[in-house]
Amino acid sequence: MSVGLTEYLTVAAVVFAIGFVGVLIRKNTLVIYMCLELMLVASTIAFVAFSRFNGTMDGNVFVFFILTVAAAEVAVGLAIIVALFRRRQTVQVEELNALKN
Amino acid sequence: MADILFHLFAFLTIGSSVAVVYNHNAVNSALAFLVGLVGVSGLFVLLDSFLLAVLMVLVYAGAVVALFLFIIMLLDMQGGERPPFSKPTAVAGLIGAALLTVCTMTLIRNFGGLETAEMGAIVPVGANLKHYADQLFTTYLLPVQVVGFLLLIAMLGVIVLSKKFEGMEDVK
Repeated sequence: MSVGLTEYLTVAAVVFAIGFVGVLIRKNTLVIYMCLELMLVASTIAFVAFSRFNGTMDGNVFVFFILTVAAAEVAVGLAIIVALFRRRQTVQVEELNALKN
Repeated sequence: MADILFHLFAFLTIGSSVAVVYNHNAVNSALAFLVGLVGVSGLFVLLDSFLLAVLMVLVYAGAVVALFLFIIMLLDMQGGERPPFSKPTAVAGLIGAALLTVCTMTLIRNFGGLETAEMGAIVPVGANLKHYADQLFTTYLLPVQVVGFLLLIAMLGVIVLSKKFEGMEDVK
């Protein structure tokens, strides 16, 4: 049996699920951020696979924009994390509870 | 041959994704993420999107992971004695994983896999650079401009965020 669209979509879904679980269970803000990136990458796999099996360019072009947005997002997010660390001296989410109560 | 490579890259991607989540050290997570990105770009090569495979390695592995490693070194945080996972969120994670697994299983079982033509029967439009230029400068011209502005705004935001303001201590 040749590898088809379903296999690629399954890989994308599994990677997305792993990234989702990582966002939920990790406590380090940087690792949570990495898991978010993992979810974005999983969505790009699905885009490229759909585009390839559909014979159109749109998915490929969309991955371009996802890459750009991800790069901008990482730059801003990491700047926020650094600013947070300067103020609070921690990046563990359970210690960042200033809004609690 | 392509099937063997697909399974190789798929296992590389999924295995290193698991490693990203389950490594206690943030540096190890970042390096596992790097390996996973190589796997993803291998998948892109198998899907005949060569430009995207190269961009994936350049932008993600080159810029994003390097930035992550820089920040990890800069902050120099050690997890301490605290466990990196917590129990209530572990339950939430299990529920999330189960949900997504069920979604995948439904996709495979109900539709018996999606009906598509064989890969060889479809023209690989993504393999040709001319098609990218054609699309980016005609249909997607406005999004390209918008994304350019987004990058500019992100750059300005990062500069403002990482600057120290002496006169703004009262904002605290």
